[in-house]
Amino acid sequence: MRGHGIWALAASVGLAACATTGAETETSAGATRTPYESTYAPRSSTPTLIRGATVLDGAGAELANADVLMRDGRIVAVGANLQADSGATVIDAAGRFVTPGIIDVHSHLGVYPSPGINATSDGNEATQPNTAEVWAEHSVWPQDPGFGRAVAGGITTLHILPGSANLFGGRGVTLRPVLGARTVQEMKFPGAPQSLKMACGENPARVYGGRNSSPSTGMGNVAGYRQAFAEAAEYNRRVQAHEESGEGDPPDRNLELETLAGVLNGDILLQWHCYRADEMANAIEISHEFGFHIAAFHHAVESYKIADLLAREDICSAMWADWWGFKIEAYDGIRENIPFVHAGGACAIVHSDSEVGIQRLNQEAAKALADGRRAGLTITRGEAWTWLGRNPARALGIEDETGTLAPGLRADVVIWSADPLSTYAVAERVFMDGALVYERGRGQEHFSDFELGQTYREGGQ
Amino acid sequence: MKLLRALFLLAAVATPAFAETILIRDGRVVTNGAAGVVENGDVLIVDGRVAAVGAEIAAPRGARVIEAQGRYVTPGAFAAMSEIGLSEISGSGAPNDADIEGELISAAADAGAAFNPGVTAVAVTRMEGVTRAAIAPSGTTTMFGGRGALVALDGGADSVFRDRAFMVLELGETGAERTGTSRASMWPAFEAALRDAREYPSRYRSGQGGAVLNEIDAQALQPFAQGHGLFLVHVESAADIRRLVRFAQRNPNLQFAIHGGAEAWQVADELARARIPVVLDPLANLPDRFERLSARLDNAALLQRAGVRIAIAPAPGAVDAHQARLALQLAGNAVANGLPWDAAFAAITRGPAEVFGAGDRLGRLERGYVADVVLWDGDPLEVASAPAAVFINGREQPLTSRQTRLRDRYSPVGRSR
Repeated sequence: MRGHGIWALAASVGLAACATTGAETETSAGATRTPYESTYAPRSSTPTLIRGATVLDGAGAELANADVLMRDGRIVAVGANLQADSGATVIDAAGRFVTPGIIDVHSHLGVYPSPGINATSDGNEATQPNTAEVWAEHSVWPQDPGFGRAVAGGITTLHILPGSANLFGGRGVTLRPVLGARTVQEMKFPGAPQSLKMACGENPARVYGGRNSSPSTGMGNVAGYRQAFAEAAEYNRRVQAHEESGEGDPPDRNLELETLAGVLNGDILLQWHCYRADEMANAIEISHEFGFHIAAFHHAVESYKIADLLAREDICSAMWADWWGFKIEAYDGIRENIPFVHAGGACAIVHSDSEVGIQRLNQEAAKALADGRRAGLTITRGEAWTWLGRNPARALGIEDETGTLAPGLRADVVIWSADPLSTYAVAERVFMDGALVYERGRGQEHFSDFELGQTYREGGQ
Repeated sequence: MKLLRALFLLAAVATPAFAETILIRDGRVVTNGAAGVVENGDVLIVDGRVAAVGAEIAAPRGARVIEAQGRYVTPGAFAAMSEIGLSEISGSGAPNDADIEGELISAAADAGAAFNPGVTAVAVTRMEGVTRAAIAPSGTTTMFGGRGALVALDGGADSVFRDRAFMVLELGETGAERTGTSRASMWPAFEAALRDAREYPSRYRSGQGGAVLNEIDAQALQPFAQGHGLFLVHVESAADIRRLVRFAQRNPNLQFAIHGGAEAWQVADELARARIPVVLDPLANLPDRFERLSARLDNAALLQRAGVRIAIAPAPGAVDAHQARLALQLAGNAVANGLPWDAAFAAITRGPAEVFGAGDRLGRLERGYVADVVLWDGDPLEVASAPAAVFINGREQPLTSRQTRLRDRYSPVGRSR
């Protein structure tokens, strides 16, 4: 676990390194800024003490009748009988539940926004099987009404990925769902590493096989991954050789290979869409051949079959609670996938991949918990919230910033009307960096620019 | 025609006389009827029917007694729209009978003729407390989606208890897309289709043919065009709903229900007056289509308050072959957004039965009703709850499926790694 100072340093250096954009610009304030860097600014906040709640801390613990103190946008303390700062906002949360803000590691908000029409379908650069050079953030439309709906569901961090048409879909980006953001830069989670989206299985083989080009099979997929990483390794070697010798011209920039090289260097986290156990195992073999780490398998419908392997390899699985059967690689989906992965000692994450599902990931965790218990496992509520807290933070490389209520972390906090592992619970208040960004029923529902002025919309819910 | 259909329905729903006699004792019985919720209530099942509901019912000789111990006892859920049984796997190029391509068949498409009670989704779904479903194809190439069927989810050979029960009709964005890409062409085409159907077979025998329908589709549409069957109309926007209401007023012999209705809350009073029920999705709150710009989470609550009959199902486009079991979660979310619990539970049981004309024998726990009964381990609208026992036509269903077999094969419980 890195300290915050190191985090910040690593983050700024890491972004520059992996982006290798080179240029820095003078901002109006005179500070230098790396292109594409986050301009996110937390809303101003007052010290806030939440009193007397049941707390699920996102790291595995449940605390009864606990207080949560936030100051300067950070968690100060969680525990009994905390003292409020003078001038602090004090919220009586007796009978309420408090959790960290939910992190969704798999969203297409902004790249497949509402309304969904041809012109807004910006999530798949399905023009060739390797488009590692594209960045999802450059398709994100900050006015997607889905961001506001997600906040109302307790989401404070989300990872936007390209689609799964390609072997290499491009870079993903971790965002804050900033209501009223005008640019994607205002939403970017400061310092969060980018990801690379890869896809196993049916999708790339179907898209390109249908065009009578490669890949058209599972073996074609694997050949495509390996050839690309072989080229990236060579590119990396030439870049490093030039850096060390300082002689001659550097290799020509290649945006596609820069992304893959970032994965090989560990600067870019690999998020790999993969349903079947055997295909995940093949992916792991590739990671060993080229020496990279897979942060998470996404969808991972068959992770329960290889929980031991995933635990050994330290790979997270981002899963639905109960989706199955919509294609053959999802045929073996079972309701116990998440709890079985958890019980196997591997990192389990509840993800949405849906503009509807992202609004109630707590219910998906509730289903998984109940099904795990019904199957005979002993899992606490606190442990279940790691699927929405610590584990997704870890898969996104932001576990030192958010995902739990540990002191020093960003004060991303949700007050729920009841046990959030209930259908009837709703997020009453959502704090991001200690600032209240949503309060249910207080007219704080956010409508994006797109929605303003539409018939009947204003004044409604 | 109506009489024939009623007789057919009666015959198809009737159950074998040798079914078990079962007394479920001391439950929290949700009757969906005049008795409301009966605390410490008993349900007596004889010959596949509910024979009695009340307190302190004596067990008949030989009856099996199940102690509910205060747990919920309810009618089985009725999936108000699903593609269950129309495919084993819906994508991947696997055979999918919900997907109708080509120009030959649209209105005539017959979901009941395609339903397979042996698909694994049937067992997966019923063990979650869903005992009946209305099924229809997901789409054709025209505004007519074909004829839907009502099915039981007991996996039996006679699962289809009413075929050709309703006609799916697209009169919103999708209908326009399929009919010259404009509502301006869609409505004249719809009216012409009704004329073709009413003038079947004469105009076809005379050689004139149909204006828009081929002979097969005209024949299939005819009973619906003559008022002998329900049009389940996919409309979402307030403007489209108003057009439908006006059309219904000018054609009082035709029967309509709405599927979708994301903006129905804006037109609630008109819908209540026109007695047009709405099958809606309580999770639809995004302007994901231009016809759903004003979708909101309390649509169900607002419609119910205005006196509109509602049922709950996934929105058109979200209907699938595998997740009909989510009806319970959808209803629970309607409660979280203002719909009273009783109304929400009715919207996935009695409501669908009534919309599809089976409300006189399905959807309630009252004497004479079909014994589709579920005993739950908690509040059925809580995502954490699950059935402890499921009965269809008075027969206890196994709480196993292909998924539980996979679960048991890979369960880490009691395994040392």
